[in-house]
Amino acid sequence: MAKEYEMVIGLEVHVELATRTKIFCGCSTVFGGRPNSHTCPVCTGMPGSLPVLNKKVLEYAVAVGLATNCRIAPYCKFDRKNYFYPDNPQNYQISQLYLPVCRNGYVEIEMDAGGADERKIRAQETAAYSQGDTEGARKACTRKVKRIGIHEIHMEEDAGKLLHDQRQDCTLVDYNRSGVPLIEIVSEPDMRSGEEVIAYLEKLRLIIQYLGASDCKLQEGSMRADVNISVREVGTETLGTRTEMKNLNSFRAITKAIEAERNRQIDLLEEGQTVVQETRRWDEAKELSYVMRSKEEAQDYRYFPDPDLAPVRISEAFLEEIRARQPEFCTEKRKRYGEEYDIPQYDIEIITNSKHMADIFEETVALGSQPKKVSNWLMVETLRLLKSREMDPEDIRFSPKHLAKLIDLTEKREINSTVAKEVFEIMFEEDIDPQRYVEEKGLKMVSDEGALRRVVEEVIAANPQSVQDYQSGKERALGFLVGQTMKAMKGKADPAGVGKLFKELL
Amino acid sequence: MVNKISDETIEYLSILAKLELTGEEKEQAKKDMGRMLDYIDKLNELDTTGVEPMSHVFPVENVFRDDVVINGDGSEDTLKNAPGQKDNMFVAPKTFD
Amino acid sequence: MWRQRHLTDGQEAGDEIMELLSLSAVELGRAIKEGRTTAVEAMETVLSKIEETERYLNCYITVDGASALERAREVQAQIEAGVLAGPLAGVPVAVKDNLCTKGMLTTCASRILGNFYPTYSAEAVTALEKAGAVLIGKTNMDEFAMGSTTETSAYGVTRNPHNREHVPGGSSGGSAAAVASGECFFALGSDTGGSVRQPASYCGVVGMKPTYGTVSRYGLVAYGSSLDQIGPLCKTVEDCAVILEAIATPDTKDSTQVARTDTDFTSALSEDVKGMRIGIPKAYLYGAANSGKTANRKKSEGNTDLKQEERGGDTRYMEQGDCESSSGEGLAWEVREAVLAAAQALRSQGALVEEFDMELVDYAIPAYYTIASAEASSNLERFDGIKYGFRAQAEGLHQMYKKTRSQGFGAEVKRRIMLGSFVLSSGYYDAYYLKALRVKAMIKKAFDRAFEKYDCIIGPAAPTTAPRLGESLADPIKMYLGDIYTISVNLAGLPAISVPCGTDGKGLPIGLQLIGDCYQEKKLLRAAYTYEQYKHQGETGSCKQEVK
Repeated sequence: MAKEYEMVIGLEVHVELATRTKIFCGCSTVFGGRPNSHTCPVCTGMPGSLPVLNKKVLEYAVAVGLATNCRIAPYCKFDRKNYFYPDNPQNYQISQLYLPVCRNGYVEIEMDAGGADERKIRAQETAAYSQGDTEGARKACTRKVKRIGIHEIHMEEDAGKLLHDQRQDCTLVDYNRSGVPLIEIVSEPDMRSGEEVIAYLEKLRLIIQYLGASDCKLQEGSMRADVNISVREVGTETLGTRTEMKNLNSFRAITKAIEAERNRQIDLLEEGQTVVQETRRWDEAKELSYVMRSKEEAQDYRYFPDPDLAPVRISEAFLEEIRARQPEFCTEKRKRYGEEYDIPQYDIEIITNSKHMADIFEETVALGSQPKKVSNWLMVETLRLLKSREMDPEDIRFSPKHLAKLIDLTEKREINSTVAKEVFEIMFEEDIDPQRYVEEKGLKMVSDEGALRRVVEEVIAANPQSVQDYQSGKERALGFLVGQTMKAMKGKADPAGVGKLFKELL
Repeated sequence: MVNKISDETIEYLSILAKLELTGEEKEQAKKDMGRMLDYIDKLNELDTTGVEPMSHVFPVENVFRDDVVINGDGSEDTLKNAPGQKDNMFVAPKTFD
Repeated sequence: MWRQRHLTDGQEAGDEIMELLSLSAVELGRAIKEGRTTAVEAMETVLSKIEETERYLNCYITVDGASALERAREVQAQIEAGVLAGPLAGVPVAVKDNLCTKGMLTTCASRILGNFYPTYSAEAVTALEKAGAVLIGKTNMDEFAMGSTTETSAYGVTRNPHNREHVPGGSSGGSAAAVASGECFFALGSDTGGSVRQPASYCGVVGMKPTYGTVSRYGLVAYGSSLDQIGPLCKTVEDCAVILEAIATPDTKDSTQVARTDTDFTSALSEDVKGMRIGIPKAYLYGAANSGKTANRKKSEGNTDLKQEERGGDTRYMEQGDCESSSGEGLAWEVREAVLAAAQALRSQGALVEEFDMELVDYAIPAYYTIASAEASSNLERFDGIKYGFRAQAEGLHQMYKKTRSQGFGAEVKRRIMLGSFVLSSGYYDAYYLKALRVKAMIKKAFDRAFEKYDCIIGPAAPTTAPRLGESLADPIKMYLGDIYTISVNLAGLPAISVPCGTDGKGLPIGLQLIGDCYQEKKLLRAAYTYEQYKHQGETGSCKQEVK
């Protein structure tokens, strides 16, 4: 009988913090710019330069630690991790090994009984919801909660960027990213599947985005995950030898790499060979991994406390300050929305899944719009446009003020829903003021009863067959007549009002 | 000499420290390091149980900067002493396969 | 135009130069302010002195006479306009070549930085420039401050102005020799294990290492970051206080700097040691084994040869019978006599001087070399041929690293990098590096206990006077043992000063070291000033007697 294996997975997640300046110097962290333009003696390792810690980095690290149920160290230090590589100007990275800022935390991920990740659940929900199957949507909502332990969170500096110069067959070094602050979140080896890994990453992303500590974009490298994988026979307690997988730039790459590494390790074991502890690099195009380091890159980092940086003592008062500033997180928000707003649970989940979207929702409601209407705009049109443009909810640019105005225009029946959708699409692109736009373009509904009646009468006169069909009980014919009227009115009429008028006249 | 330093140790340390020693230098390094370690072993005469390692001699703590950009375009100074540069970047031997 | 207040008619021009050069930094500053000379004249005089003696002494790696004169003219104008009024305005200064100077070659006496022009100046250098001191150039040193003789420099040895067959000490040997020879009026050095105090002692000048964190290290090319401090080398204790006051300015760029409000060091310049409690560790004079308080230990190879081998030519050593310790036993008798005479002098001025048992004296050197080498191995990683400095031609990244560093660094630097990499490497970190940090904590405690009883501790700055050129490098451990009196001060972060206290039979200077508790520079300066004034009066006194 074939042996059954299970995977044991732990993650090292690097998150670039959204500070204005680098971790140890006053250089900007803004993306782009000429190579080496955001550099100074400190972040390029000039002789004699010294680091000074950016306070905001500590604040963000502690905030993430608190949000992930960590114990915050009362006393922490920075250590040097020594290794030679051109992206690292000092040839040591300032990091934390011995006394990291946060330890022993956890986050909870939600899985259904089959082990499906949140995305799959959501897809099921969406399908059920769109078919009006609220029961099905609710069922998909009942999930199993699993706790993923966080071993530690530490602060460190990012490395520079290396580019390969084809013509001269050499490497070019740009230190603009050197010294950009990172936190590394090290999980316990608590995950057993690719789905759990994705769910864990989604959860971290959500928490960190809520804090405003990072935008957590995998593709852009502001969130990076190194995956430690080992396999063992089901039922065994001891851990197998693990490998570390790097260069995973998307959820897809992570899923593929985990699957491939699982198979590679099982194949080795089945062939009676052993897994070697090593760091492997994922090649997304070829969908396989290879060993990264040569003999010249012995992994002996000779960590020791950095004598150039003062230790950090974290007082209860400082913690209180950070706690007081913590935002309302996703779970709390969902609970409150359930109590405050009469909108479906499913809408709540989607809206709160992005802090930015939740903010837009709340601010629009605060401007007087009906929650249900706001939710509809977000759930239907916004999601549709985001999807078609391959954007994240974080990228939404329209303002709550304009959404509220648009809703107001439809509520007052100044524009009809077709026009509203058109206006919204422009608003989505450029955040225009819908009221001004409608006025400028003359899109307001014709409210002049006499004018409308004249058009309706003309349509009746021009379509005797449809009139006859309607009068003989074919409801569908009414739709055609209304459509003809709307066409004649260039869309600027209220279809419901037009329908009413037809019923009255016929 | 109590501490005998092997060729492998010297080889390993040259990889870590990125030094290339000649045969003669290696022999000298083995001797020097062995003697130094014998001497450093003197510290083992002291019972340091319960003594916290002191990395920083004074209790200077919580030295921070505010998150304010103070540096402008530093590329000219950064590259001033570069042994090789191209397109505003440092030139290094190739690191890609 | 240089005039003394009571200039005798017909004085030779050469004498005038000699007299100008014999002024202390503060005296020169005063003369400039009073219009008796100018910053330009002072600089011209120093440059001509350099012209005359530099070929024998080699105190400098870089002298930029043109810039120095130009700057001297600017400063002179500012002095005349009343913009610059401080005591160092217009005074020519030399700076150790491990302090960054914007636009001026900064080599750390290493081949690997042979073409490095910093784009910024060290904070201490900037502070001196603000005070109006005028930079002459950069002084020679042991490569990356690793050494005790200035012989590990890639740019030739510096010779001791008192006897050119002898070393000036190190690592700030160029700075000390420049002050002693009149090739500058004062200088900056850096002190990681005695690198200011020991060359000051060998060259017969005053040298001080302030409390760790007093002077910003920003722009000092790091050797052992937790131990490095910048300090003055100068002619008098008064100069020392004035210079320290100028460079102990707060700097937010150095996280390890301590915000101090008590940096008015010149206020301590009074002749008053009445009731001051001064301790002399017995181990400093007779060896730890004879002080009776250190742990029993077995003989090890490293330290027994010290007492057998001759150092410093005909210097005689103390005969201490069955002495097993590395401290004390290597002490030259003339050094001991001079230190005891200085203790007697302080006693005569009202200080309470007594010998006491200082603990752990013998453990400072092994702890120091573990910690300093570990930090150095990391600090020197940045010299890799990519961003600045020397780069060797080689195929492939790692070959380039190895060739650059092997050709760029000298033997002593490589020795410490290898040792430092070893004590931090996997499997040895706890046994060596952490052990050394624990011993450091114990040494600090031992000093804390001593300072409960004493205001300051005195002893020799070095066991001998300056050794002959070429005698020290052959045996590194022997060389390291010469740091016995200075090293523990860096481990504990304390302030200490070396002041001249006599000469040996060959006319080579001897230094008295005074060690204070942290932040107690003023006590040190007061004691050192009192001793200096007493000694000076004694000297002029004996001079008069000779005349009679």
